Amino acid sequence: MNETPTPATHDIGGDPRFRCVAVERDEAPPDGFGKRVDAIRQILAAKGLMTVDELRRGIESLPPEQYFDLSYYEKWLLSITRLMAEKGLVEEEFS
Amino acid sequence: MTLSPGTEVRVRDDWPERRGPCHIRTPHYVRGRMGMVARHLGNFPNPEDLAFGRPAPVRALYHVAFAQPPLFAEGTAGDDILIELFEHWLEPA
Amino acid sequence: MSPPPRPAMVDLLARFEAALAARGLLEPGEVEARIAITDRASPAIGAAMVARAWTDAGYRALLLADGRAAAEDMGVTMVGSPPLGVLADAPGLHHLVVCTLCSCYPRAVLGYPPHWYKTAAYRARAVRDPRGVLAEWGTVLPEGTRVRVVDSTADYRWMVLPEQPPETLGWGAERLAGIVTRDVLVGVALPVPV
Repeated sequence: MNETPTPATHDIGGDPRFRCVAVERDEAPPDGFGKRVDAIRQILAAKGLMTVDELRRGIESLPPEQYFDLSYYEKWLLSITRLMAEKGLVEEEFS
Repeated sequence: MTLSPGTEVRVRDDWPERRGPCHIRTPHYVRGRMGMVARHLGNFPNPEDLAFGRPAPVRALYHVAFAQPPLFAEGTAGDDILIELFEHWLEPA
Repeated sequence: MSPPPRPAMVDLLARFEAALAARGLLEPGEVEARIAITDRASPAIGAAMVARAWTDAGYRALLLADGRAAAEDMGVTMVGSPPLGVLADAPGLHHLVVCTLCSCYPRAVLGYPPHWYKTAAYRARAVRDPRGVLAEWGTVLPEGTRVRVVDSTADYRWMVLPEQPPETLGWGAERLAGIVTRDVLVGVALPVPV
């Protein structure tokens, strides 16, 4: 058990760091920013320009300090913009 | 060959994230662990390829049950965890 | 609480939308139209499906065999949505849904996932200490009930079909749906007759 490798940043099922952290019971729907990012992901996916798997890969590649600091849709936005830059669909400034 | 419900399987004790960029949907906490096939959920393109825009061969996806206490010390006997796992992560028990 | 977006991120979004539009990848009004469609999905859909399954054995069978077909039978458009799996609670068995790797959630029938479902604490603890998580919601399971946590890792999205409280036998569909909250459909709570 002690030789188990460290999991990837996003692979936090059972992570003992959160063992004593109460779940933050925020029920609010996404704000306007979040809804726009969410909608853009759906639009780009419907146009065949990206998959949800690519979105996840981009989120998972964020460094841990960003992964745990940025908000949910901020992470999505960084993943989507970089992915579109990677595919050459927007300028390099977004990579 | 499709695995039948009740088949005992072992999850591969593999850590691709140590070898380089990858995207895998097998949680770390079941790697190398024994589970039991609950049912075949269908066949889906391999997300490990989809995530990089590569051609993605279709793989069988199973619901696999794991007894909870061996996975986590604070588990309650009788509780279990059901996880979707792709065939290439499963080996004979 | 989820904090407001950083100004740099708001700026990035605006520049990105402009870049997509300049390349012809985003039409005027397209984002607003997509938001309007997304906003239509809510836990009321999942609740109506559960209420119907409680009173209609044929629908219950369909729901458990093919969640996507059962959602479409309620008028939900499932084109482009992942398959919907339905987890039937039973005497002595309770389901709890989590996505430890990201935030997979049956959005077509429950709407946007709530903030708490996406938190690191929920994702980390639901598999390790599901009974502790249930206790935070004040959820008390009948003695001897087994907990089955479903870690939503791949192509399905999962919703719980709770047991119908015996006190509600004979209730109409609308009243039944009223006790099936989002928390019930995720499995952190049980339906409470009111």
